[in-house]
Amino acid sequence: MPPTPCSLCHTARALVKRPKTGQQVCKDCFFEVFETEVHNTIVEGKGIFERGEKVAIGASGGKDSTVLAHVLSVLNKRYHYGLDLFLLSIDEGITGYRDDSLETVKQNQIEYGLPLKILSYNELYGWTMDKIVEQVGRRNNCTFCGVFRRQALDRGAAQLGVDHIVTGHNADDIAETVLMNIMRGDIARLGRCTAVTTQSEDTIKRSKPFKYAYEKEIVMYAYFKKLTYFSTECIYSPDAYRGHARVFLKDLEAIRPSAIVDIIHSGESFQLEQSVQKGMKAMQTCLRCGYISSNDLCKACALLEGLEAGLDRSALRQTQANSSNAPTGHRTIPMFERYSNVGASQPAEGIEKAVQAIEIK
Amino acid sequence: MSTSDDIITTSNGLGYTSSSAAHPESLVKPPQAPSAGEDTIEIKIEFGGGLHLLFSSQPSHKIHIPRNIPNDDNTATQPVNMRYLVKWMKSNLLSEREEMFGDGDGVRPGILVLINDADWELEGELEYELRDRDEIVFISTLHGG
Repeated sequence: MPPTPCSLCHTARALVKRPKTGQQVCKDCFFEVFETEVHNTIVEGKGIFERGEKVAIGASGGKDSTVLAHVLSVLNKRYHYGLDLFLLSIDEGITGYRDDSLETVKQNQIEYGLPLKILSYNELYGWTMDKIVEQVGRRNNCTFCGVFRRQALDRGAAQLGVDHIVTGHNADDIAETVLMNIMRGDIARLGRCTAVTTQSEDTIKRSKPFKYAYEKEIVMYAYFKKLTYFSTECIYSPDAYRGHARVFLKDLEAIRPSAIVDIIHSGESFQLEQSVQKGMKAMQTCLRCGYISSNDLCKACALLEGLEAGLDRSALRQTQANSSNAPTGHRTIPMFERYSNVGASQPAEGIEKAVQAIEIK
Repeated sequence: MSTSDDIITTSNGLGYTSSSAAHPESLVKPPQAPSAGEDTIEIKIEFGGGLHLLFSSQPSHKIHIPRNIPNDDNTATQPVNMRYLVKWMKSNLLSEREEMFGDGDGVRPGILVLINDADWELEGELEYELRDRDEIVFISTLHGG
């Protein structure tokens, strides 16, 4: 096929066919539309950020978080958001996966000149994912990882003194979550999962600037910009439930690429009937660690108690009979302090020695 | 288009570390193709997003395939195309788990294919006719971010 000119600038050769719009664009125009769309997601309505906000980027070293760190740094400068950016990384203790990707995050720290903080499951909960999977088995361990990571991010952010966490969840991820929640009938989560910023009373704001960015475009962006990222599947993921939603979504995308944003839009449009809404649980704080919870014990404390008691998958089922004191000898999660005195806690690794390798034209 | 925002990296944008890529000497050599010449063309193949693990952990391959192949009814020859290449890769380069790479005649949804840095959807996908020294990149998007 003869080369086609870019449909935006009409001069350079088109290299990318955008799944979202079907447009054929050249490399530079692709960078421009991608970055502009993320910028629009950020400033739409009242805007995700406020000037001067301290923002922690949840960085795993993977493609989404690396592109997020890159694009956010670029947009922060270009449009003068006035944000104070940090990299926050969680070490779940998965050998052969997380230890390698953390090396990549350390490289990102140098490339983008952002301070980095790493928090590990081991120091927070006394358990690594490897040990959890040994005890719980290879199915349903994603529940443990997800619950623990969510808390770990909040705690890390509180220690850094940031007001806002951003993650690299992209359009494909959110569409998969919508599908999963429908398949499992989880209406409570369905209502929350499509919001670009989620916040409850006592947790730190959490946003997803890539909400409308297709995974394919993120990969193309990373490839053309030659970004450093780490890409292997978590060794425990092949058995995960999300895999089914993902395969289905990919097949849909192959037939009609707009299906992904359409599913997100459907998820956003769900409205719960009044009577159903009243029946849903209100939020309270965990009696044991102070983190936000819908029951007396937050999910993380309940899971941890199950693990400490030597239970396997039945640790997932939460009983209401728990007292606020953990059984003797069990490890517990330290009390969650929403606003800690930043000076006293461990500061982020500074950028003084990290700036050597940077070259920003 | 200003590039003043660009940050210089040493990466190739394909998302693998050198530790996960096999040492070149341990590369499983594809069966002896006819020596490069008028009858064959050379194709450079690169894998990204972890795909190299299905191909003997080697992210970069240089292969030779016939310049012309028989057409569908075997009446004449036609220039070699992507369809042939994918089949060839499945028989000669793939070291494990065919279903992670192929899907019928094509590639699994979620794998991006770039021909000389252009999206293969712009080049005719499986019908694209390969030329000598073409560079094909296969990038998997199916992993954590």
